[in-house]
Amino acid sequence: MRSEVLTLKPVGGYLHLTLIADSIADRARPGSFVTLGIGGETSAMLRPRAFWLHRVRHSGLYGGTVEVVFTPRSPATRWLAQLSPHDPVVVTGPLGRPFALPTEPVSCAVVGHGYGVAPLFMLAERLRERDCRVHMVLGASTERELFGGLEARRAAQSVTVATADGSVGIKGGVADALPAVLRRNQTEVVYACGPLGVLRAVAALAGSVGAWCQVAMEAQMACGLGVCLSCVVPVRGPDNVTRPTRCCIDGPVFAGDRVDWSLLP
Amino acid sequence: MTAAPAGQVDLTTTIGDVRLANPVMTASGCAGNGRELGRFCDLAEVGAFVSPSVTRDGSGGRPLPRVVETPSGLLNAVGLAGAGIDAFLAIDLPWLLRNDIRPIVSIAGANLGEYAELARRVGNTPGIAGVEVNLSPLAADPVQASRAVSVVRRDTAAGVPVLAKLWPGAAIVVEMAAAVRESGADAVVLPGSLPGLALDSGTLRPVLGGVTGDLTGPALKTVGLYAVWQVRRAMPGACIVGSGGIRSGADALEYLAAGANAVQVGSACFADPSAAVRVADELRRELAGRGFRSAASAVGVAHQPPAARGDAQP
Repeated sequence: MRSEVLTLKPVGGYLHLTLIADSIADRARPGSFVTLGIGGETSAMLRPRAFWLHRVRHSGLYGGTVEVVFTPRSPATRWLAQLSPHDPVVVTGPLGRPFALPTEPVSCAVVGHGYGVAPLFMLAERLRERDCRVHMVLGASTERELFGGLEARRAAQSVTVATADGSVGIKGGVADALPAVLRRNQTEVVYACGPLGVLRAVAALAGSVGAWCQVAMEAQMACGLGVCLSCVVPVRGPDNVTRPTRCCIDGPVFAGDRVDWSLLP
Repeated sequence: MTAAPAGQVDLTTTIGDVRLANPVMTASGCAGNGRELGRFCDLAEVGAFVSPSVTRDGSGGRPLPRVVETPSGLLNAVGLAGAGIDAFLAIDLPWLLRNDIRPIVSIAGANLGEYAELARRVGNTPGIAGVEVNLSPLAADPVQASRAVSVVRRDTAAGVPVLAKLWPGAAIVVEMAAAVRESGADAVVLPGSLPGLALDSGTLRPVLGGVTGDLTGPALKTVGLYAVWQVRRAMPGACIVGSGGIRSGADALEYLAAGANAVQVGSACFADPSAAVRVADELRRELAGRGFRSAASAVGVAHQPPAARGDAQP
């Protein structure tokens, strides 16, 4: 659908783009994503780009809005970075299978690295609404790339931060920080979003303490709709047979123990 | 000639014995099995929905990465990934028919026997609007292509059109089109793609897991128009389905003018899942705005000298 830019604001090392998109805001769930068309109607960049939904507002002065987060590093994100309020953007969504929420008020660890932290606040809110205890573990390479550190303190019972260079929090990765969090809180459910290596490590740690684990995966997508078959990941089905499974429509959230990590780079 | 109300433009298009509500189709492999795009638009509004190429046994497809963006194009090496004919007939086709979508079923065999088997099973299923023969597994060999088309024609119910989709690569398109028409193809589908290679600028190695791929998108529009133009000029009576870089009704109208009776919308569906429906709608308005009373009356006008274009406005 055609949407309109409401705001584009820098927050830390990231840009937050808010679009007016009523019907998407209404149907968004934690772990949903959208794709944005890049470059307008006559664009030479044909591949729509996928972004986690960071936040949605169902109704406000401008109707429903959706917010995505990015860093202007590629030609596509640099195009997004030069948008102004009222500019048109083609946005499609919400896409993908969102995080499954527990029915009981359980103890949860919510783990994210870098830009992968973006979808986790919506998740933390839904978990808190269900009286779950939420312990967040946030990581990044540097303090500047740490996403949403302050926001996390409002969303969770505890926040643990890890940076690769030690500029803030524990020096190391989220996987280094997670075991203590799991032990301390008798974690029953682990949610994670971030690069493949982080998800692989988190799924293994969750498995080792018998916690139920859901990972939101990022794969290179050319459509986000389930038609181009370019984002397949190896996932075991109910029959225990591993198949190339579309990350965009059968995921992006998968049970950590159903992903065949040995087949991934 | 003045602009006509858009509602009065006759968009109906005939492929063999089958009449379609409009000349806009989805392209095989770019629109999933229907359900994926059906969340965003009503696919009953396109002239026909072309399925992904159905194989006998199904296949996992090529190694990743499978799609890379290139200037004004997408280069893909997906392979014939899919679950095979049993799942298609049990799940996907019934869904399309239940939703009043006109399915053209694309088939791809590893050999003539498989083409025949697929044609027997698909080509006699009530409700289908055609069988599209994906000839790319047979490479650019007019003899093999005509053999495949003739077994498919033989084993497909009379009245169900057979559309022959030629191998990507326009060099011998006229020869290929002539060969498959002689073997009983009711229409030729000219693929909007060419073989291509993309290198990683850092590693200087091929980006795609399948090494080379097929280039699609607006970069191919001039190539697709050229193929349609060539075949129309050589075969005034042929039924031609054109594709390549169509993302608007204006693009579709250019294909009609070059000589296509129908068009397929492919990778434009990626960034806009309702692209095919939108193109059909825009085509109706483009035709009306230029005083065409029907889609058929625009077919081939590019071949007429400017003075003879009685139907068209400058």
